[in-house]
Amino acid sequence: MSDVADRVRKIVVEHLGVEEDKVVENASFIDDLGADSLDTVELVMAFEEEFGIEIPDDAAETIQTFGDAVRFIKEAQ
Amino acid sequence: MTSQLMAGKRGLIMGLANDKSIAWGIAKACANAGAELAFSYQGEALLKRVGPLAAELGSDIVLPCDVGDEDSIDQLFAQLEEKWGKLDFIVHAIGFSDKSELRGRYVDTSKNNFLMSMDISVWSFTSVVKRASAMMNEGGSCLTLTYYGAEKVMPHYNVMGVAKAALEASVQYLAEDLGRDNIRVNAISAGTIKTLAASGIGDFRYIMKWNEYNSPLRRTVTQDEVGKSALYLLSDLGSAVTGEVHHVDAGYHVIGMKNPDAPDITKG
Repeated sequence: MSDVADRVRKIVVEHLGVEEDKVVENASFIDDLGADSLDTVELVMAFEEEFGIEIPDDAAETIQTFGDAVRFIKEAQ
Repeated sequence: MTSQLMAGKRGLIMGLANDKSIAWGIAKACANAGAELAFSYQGEALLKRVGPLAAELGSDIVLPCDVGDEDSIDQLFAQLEEKWGKLDFIVHAIGFSDKSELRGRYVDTSKNNFLMSMDISVWSFTSVVKRASAMMNEGGSCLTLTYYGAEKVMPHYNVMGVAKAALEASVQYLAEDLGRDNIRVNAISAGTIKTLAASGIGDFRYIMKWNEYNSPLRRTVTQDEVGKSALYLLSDLGSAVTGEVHHVDAGYHVIGMKNPDAPDITKG
């Protein structure tokens, strides 16, 4: 996986306190990784800060899984 | 730096969400100056966040409160009365609007959201101050948070600007009512800070950049800087200050137009 994926995974592991091997392509933040609704906003804020991008609300709503996040960030950069 | 400024003082912090919150900057400053703190939270998701932060500052008083419910506010203060008996200060860092109305036109605000924004962001301060003041036997200090969008039109701030204007007016009336009991009431108008609440405001990144390029200090402000100014208003350093809306915004509020040397920026 790319550098972007590694950096996203690190943020997810730290924020949600999950095992690194659980953070896979199709892992849903809410259903698989135990995120609550505030976690999802906090994760998006952490991605914005890490990658210096803006993730608008309508885009944020489409970021449901680890893979979604990595794809969005790669395109936004 | 300010080791014993707040020694022996007990205060309630309302509206802490996470370590990006302005309330966190204020809570840390108060705790570092020797204050004993209690925290209120709304709902399980926030308890999960507030609990560990409170513990970090040596507080185990973390109480539920939904400021939209008067009974809930009563219960909060009844519990605080039982634990502490007296109170020296409160910090109100609470506001709410449906975020779909923090974009587009103010004129399109719905009545429901208007009333809810006024209830949670404005009325709650008056309601909380009334109960807190009853516990402030030796005088006290009440602080709320506002924003420049109360004074001038800021993009997307919309109904929150109207609510903050009402909040600032409440600060003045409360200051007059409670001044005879040596209870001071002030607000801090903080510059733009990326908090959980700010994530609901459209084009926030652009607004942050604009503030950074055009404020006299040529930067934005931090939670800890708001904390330091709050310490002044909450402690005896501010003993003659009440009814004040104090700008902690790198000076942005004095600026009338774009700094000619600032880069031309567009959103996106």
